Amino acid sequence: MEPFFSRYRNALTLVAVLAAQLILLATQVNAPTRGAKGEHREGRRVNLARYAVAGAVAPLERMFSGMGHGLRWTWSDYIYLRDVRQQDRALKADVDRLRLEEAELAADAAQGRRLQALLGFQEHYIDRTVVAQVIGTGGSDQSRVLLIDKGAGDGLKADMAVITPDGVVGKVRDVFPHTAMVLEINDQTSGAGAVLETTRIRGIVRGNSAGQVQVIGLLPDGRIHAGERVLTSGGDMVFPRGLAVGTITAVANDKQHPPYIVLTLQPAADLTRLEEVLVVTSTSAKAVAPEMVEVENAAQAAAAALPSVDATQATQPGQPVAVHPITPLHTDRYTPGVTPPAEQMQAGQNAAPVNGGTH
Amino acid sequence: MATRPVMTMEGSARRRTFHPVVMVLVSALALVAQSYMGYKLPRLALIDLPLLTVVYFSIMLRSPLTGTLGGTALGLAQDALGGHLMGVNGMLKAMVGYAAASLGVRLDVENPMVRLLLAALFTLGNSVVGFVIVARLAGMEMQWMWLHETARVLANGALAAPYYWLLDKLRRRD
Repeated sequence: MEPFFSRYRNALTLVAVLAAQLILLATQVNAPTRGAKGEHREGRRVNLARYAVAGAVAPLERMFSGMGHGLRWTWSDYIYLRDVRQQDRALKADVDRLRLEEAELAADAAQGRRLQALLGFQEHYIDRTVVAQVIGTGGSDQSRVLLIDKGAGDGLKADMAVITPDGVVGKVRDVFPHTAMVLEINDQTSGAGAVLETTRIRGIVRGNSAGQVQVIGLLPDGRIHAGERVLTSGGDMVFPRGLAVGTITAVANDKQHPPYIVLTLQPAADLTRLEEVLVVTSTSAKAVAPEMVEVENAAQAAAAALPSVDATQATQPGQPVAVHPITPLHTDRYTPGVTPPAEQMQAGQNAAPVNGGTH
Repeated sequence: MATRPVMTMEGSARRRTFHPVVMVLVSALALVAQSYMGYKLPRLALIDLPLLTVVYFSIMLRSPLTGTLGGTALGLAQDALGGHLMGVNGMLKAMVGYAAASLGVRLDVENPMVRLLLAALFTLGNSVVGFVIVARLAGMEMQWMWLHETARVLANGALAAPYYWLLDKLRRRD
């Protein structure tokens, strides 16, 4: 027996190693642990492995990142100072212009606040963020993961939204003491609730294997066109509502899930060139922005024009209330009560007057 | 000018050695550089430095056991950092380490052309088996993109020569 093992030691080691990893893979694929919100969660052992590797690699990455920033800072602030005088003049002109604009905006903001107070419409908006530096990535072109230099010590938790001023980046996946792993929105395991800006059609944002951001779960609709902006819907309880996700670049049929369509987006945040990101650590209820007030008013106007239920007639709970159909602009042959009974009609007679008719 | 034979049995007895600390440090640096490169130079994400490192140490040490275990360790570390399924890269690098060490016994691995071809071959093998594992075994969505894979093979092959030349400097003097 011994010669067999010693003779095939290498091959047996390979087989054992592959078998062990195959089992590890199977446990992750077949029995994923689900979190409180139904999202994919890994087992403790896998998390520990990630924890160990991230803990070992992060200090080196932080060092490299720091060196890179130091070199760039030295170059841009001390060595490369061409055109600084010209830029200074241009910036001073910009400041003068911005002061004038600021005065106008202050007046608009005051009006917006008054409208918000009148409407009393509450929505969750970003309250507090933590600025984090990107210090690394997942290290393969299949993985859309970022490593940032802030962790549990800075108040970060799993599932916190990660954004830039341009738009959504992703969400915090794993948190370590001084670093955190961020899953980008173009990763195929990510997901976020989205809404099309003008049509208000809702879908799910996710990435595909090629690293493109897509919106799935939509039925074909003639109103959906390339160029429309896509925003977060807030329905996923991770991303605050109204953040820019991207702009539609292509609309195609979802070959894997007919009859649905899939929208390909150009991400609002440049996911390939991220330096600093903002982690949303808390949100709070605030009044909506002025443009949302307009949307709300438009919704109220549309509701008023529709057949309505008179709530004042419902005196007791459970009692049916009367529905008042809207008054027609003119009578026609289809309006109930206008058409005479069949026995009273004669051949060649019109049932109801026709606008502009000569019968 | 006399050319060195590509295949030789004479050199098989002479193993190139490295200090274990050097091997661990080079592997860790390859991992860090791969991760750092991903966001500084996203186009260079095609290059798989951990793969090139596994191939190099395996062909130079000519030990399938070391190749398998070293490849597994580096692959699992790559998986842990990547945020996806643990074991995909571990299996791939274990197979690459084993195969490279087995080939290293039969080939003249000092020849730059052989190194380039080996790096390109193992890159392609890594991609093909990786596709099978991810798309078929794990059932994840993955598309095979010929252009992308060709670029990856060429990029890794091209980098292999200078990278291996640098690593040669860390070799122990016999």
